[in-house]
Amino acid sequence: MRRTQSTELIFELSHSGRRTHRLPSCDVPVPEAKDLLPQSALTAAPPPLPEVGEIDLVRHFVNLSTRNMSIDTNFYPLGSCTMKYNPKRHERLAGLSGIADLHPLQCDESCQGMLELLWQMQTILAEIAGLDAVALQPAAGAHGELTALLVAAAYFRDRGEKRSRVLIPDSAHGTNPASAAIAGFDAVTIKSNSRGMVDMQDLGTKLDERTAVFMMTNPNTLGLFDDQIAAITELLHRQGALVYLDGANMNAILGWTRPGDFGVDMMHYNVHKTFTGPHGAGGPGAGPIAVRANLAPFLPAPLVMQTDAGFRLDYDRPKSIGRVRSFFGNVGILVRGYCYLRTLGAQGLREVSTNAVLNANYLLARIKKEYEVPYGDRCMHEFVASARSLRRERKISAMDIAKRLLDFGYHAPTVYFPLVVPEAIMIEPTETESKETLDAFAEALLRIRSEEPEFLHQAPHSLGISRPDEVRAAKEPILRWKKSD
Amino acid sequence: MSYVLNTADQQRAMLAEIGAASIADLFRPIPAALQLKRPLDVPPALTELELTQHMQELASRNRAALNSVCFQGGGCYDHFIPAVVDAVAGRSEYYTAYTPYQAEASQGSLQAFFEYQTLICQLTGMDVANASLYDGGSAVTEAVLMARTVTQRYGRVLIAESVHPEHRQILSTYLANLDAGVETLPTPQGFLDPADLKQAVDDETACVVVQHPNFFGGLEEVEALAQTAHARGALFIVSFDPISLGLLKRPGEYGADIAVAEGQCLGNPMVYGGPFLGILACQEKFVRRMPGRLVGQTVDRNGKRCWVLTLQTREQHIRREKATSNICTNQGLMALKAAVYLAALGPQGLKETAELCARKAHYAAQQLTHLPGVKLKFARPFFKEFTLTIEGTVSSILGRVLQHGYHGGLELGRWYPTLADGMSVAVTEKRTRGEIDGLVKAFAQAMKG
Repeated sequence: MRRTQSTELIFELSHSGRRTHRLPSCDVPVPEAKDLLPQSALTAAPPPLPEVGEIDLVRHFVNLSTRNMSIDTNFYPLGSCTMKYNPKRHERLAGLSGIADLHPLQCDESCQGMLELLWQMQTILAEIAGLDAVALQPAAGAHGELTALLVAAAYFRDRGEKRSRVLIPDSAHGTNPASAAIAGFDAVTIKSNSRGMVDMQDLGTKLDERTAVFMMTNPNTLGLFDDQIAAITELLHRQGALVYLDGANMNAILGWTRPGDFGVDMMHYNVHKTFTGPHGAGGPGAGPIAVRANLAPFLPAPLVMQTDAGFRLDYDRPKSIGRVRSFFGNVGILVRGYCYLRTLGAQGLREVSTNAVLNANYLLARIKKEYEVPYGDRCMHEFVASARSLRRERKISAMDIAKRLLDFGYHAPTVYFPLVVPEAIMIEPTETESKETLDAFAEALLRIRSEEPEFLHQAPHSLGISRPDEVRAAKEPILRWKKSD
Repeated sequence: MSYVLNTADQQRAMLAEIGAASIADLFRPIPAALQLKRPLDVPPALTELELTQHMQELASRNRAALNSVCFQGGGCYDHFIPAVVDAVAGRSEYYTAYTPYQAEASQGSLQAFFEYQTLICQLTGMDVANASLYDGGSAVTEAVLMARTVTQRYGRVLIAESVHPEHRQILSTYLANLDAGVETLPTPQGFLDPADLKQAVDDETACVVVQHPNFFGGLEEVEALAQTAHARGALFIVSFDPISLGLLKRPGEYGADIAVAEGQCLGNPMVYGGPFLGILACQEKFVRRMPGRLVGQTVDRNGKRCWVLTLQTREQHIRREKATSNICTNQGLMALKAAVYLAALGPQGLKETAELCARKAHYAAQQLTHLPGVKLKFARPFFKEFTLTIEGTVSSILGRVLQHGYHGGLELGRWYPTLADGMSVAVTEKRTRGEIDGLVKAFAQAMKG
């Protein structure tokens, strides 16, 4: 079946005089709008938006949607992104009128149910983290990182300490150094050792009284739990610095260990990953942060408090950094996360990580004879294979493998990240996939390995388009449609 | 219930393939002393039916559309959302996809975001728009960070007091450690007087930030303000109301360098404040300084038109600490909704929506100010929101108005100590004459005590 309609742009479907939405006539006895406002403020004509009828509009966007891979249609083992099943019940429940129609500035008495939910969320996230206080405001993981670093800066300022540096392993997500820079710190890179863990010698050399925070991901982006963690946190704390955990990989350790128990002072969650957001083709996320009690006074305001008279928003936080987002953050995603946590309970949460780790190790075991996996033959919830030798021997790159997997109906793994692995192929199956799916995916990977290099360079072969010219896109950027085109 | 499919038999087979003796064996990398020896202390698991009942019970303890009428604004508005918006956004091919890194497998999202970028350009009259930021508040801050880099002026930022107080708070929180010299310009008459700006702006100023219509609902003298900023080489940043552009001049028409907005009003429900949509558009020449994701048009190997994420060398995953912003996950689904919403309205629909908002707001203002003790605070033209002063304690009057079934407005004293007797009222196209008359009656009774 061909679906040519969806490849046209909505603007190309526009026909003067058509429209979808109609407004009621005005029911109040006042002059025309143009006579209520100063002439100088008014535009001569409304914006030149497209004019489309309802069926064209629907067909356009529905057909377009079929040109996506998604969790609901395809296995999506995108490393570091935790693309697990997004339960349908969450969508229905987040849409309840008593939730979706709430105005964020209505008085606390008129939204006790919502405040109770958010308070519960703060409490549950603190327990899973093994930390004392939670702020739900940050809108995404990177936003949580920035918020926590601003909290750290305020903490040190309050103590009269000047600390200018944030130490970050070379395997970290790019958001870590970017967040550090925006928070006003200098980012200093710490090397990984031959086991893919923090190089303790390098850390020891670079750690001094200028260090404010060590930002680590544990398990790290190689899918390895850094077993030096106790020594690392002790080292940092002895220097008076804080340890931050990038919580992107929490799916590996739920109910097995807690960041607070292994010495972390502050962390963010990716609710859209670990607690199955969903991801919305690039957001919304939610990036709450959890901190130790000594950092709690600096959290962004408001927090939800429980009092004898019910729940209320607490704005009276004199040492707070202020706020990082309007209102109360991405509540709709927090609501879905809450539904998930209430569905799982303690046993379910531990089962998540048990099976995420089991699935990743199983897949690793299935392919490791054929694919190089530089850092050991065990992993946590994800692992990083490398096409380095394939590239050397047969000119097959990680990108070739990624693109060919699309032909088999699988979304590609993350490729070329982390930067410490050449030709990286980062695979995170998640706990919601079955052994059968993993077996079929492993078979595809093994088969691709023996396909002709030239055939792989041309992949994908079965999607709507072949590989796009990304160089041209960046060189002569076309970022909008124009009528003359 | 954890949505796990592996059966006990399968788990055994998988462990055998791995060569692991047990599940515990897989978790050996976590030192034993650091492993949690007890179950997490979290509420017990619920089935879908129990969860539904629980959520319905929580929802029933909120006063929302089913049992009250919303006249609150302040950056979040109760506009009507056509069903097509939810039908499209409810397609799980969109909402269960990740950021479109693999272009061949993500053409649906990529094309939709390209259309969103174009629609925002059409809406604002600006040259380019990014594929979304978190919300209107962080968009203001990202615009300021961008202006500092564009102008290479790092010492001074001017922002009008009539900009949303929470947006100003976000700005000062982000910039706390950067010696950015953020100065708030007072707006005692409910708008930033261009003469006051002229006094304040200098050759060190990176940018001037205003909101139009502003937090009090009033219009700013945007043309004069833009000229004044430009005369000293500062960028002019405007935070606009997307719906207002059905009536008001577009940012591109009055010389804005960067235009930002809270895009919630474009097809997104209020959900107690999020997820919302940060809109950011700017002039072409600043594009390489822009924060956030951008979708660009290109061709595939067969010359077929297609779309990719582009100019990624600005972004954190390539540039790390030298990136234009740290943003990664943005608000893709909200951008998609905004795109469908704008296409559903079209030019005429947007114009009529804006006209209805303006007329109904003026009717409400007229009727409310007929009440003794109620006055318009500022002699400024306004769009869909306006500021009143009322005799009596604002919070208790609003509390009594709510008992009549109306969220009657926002108490301004919490942000502006000099406006202790002030409140703002927002009126969207959804509000009927009956609801407005009902609100007026509720105020009349509430003010009697």
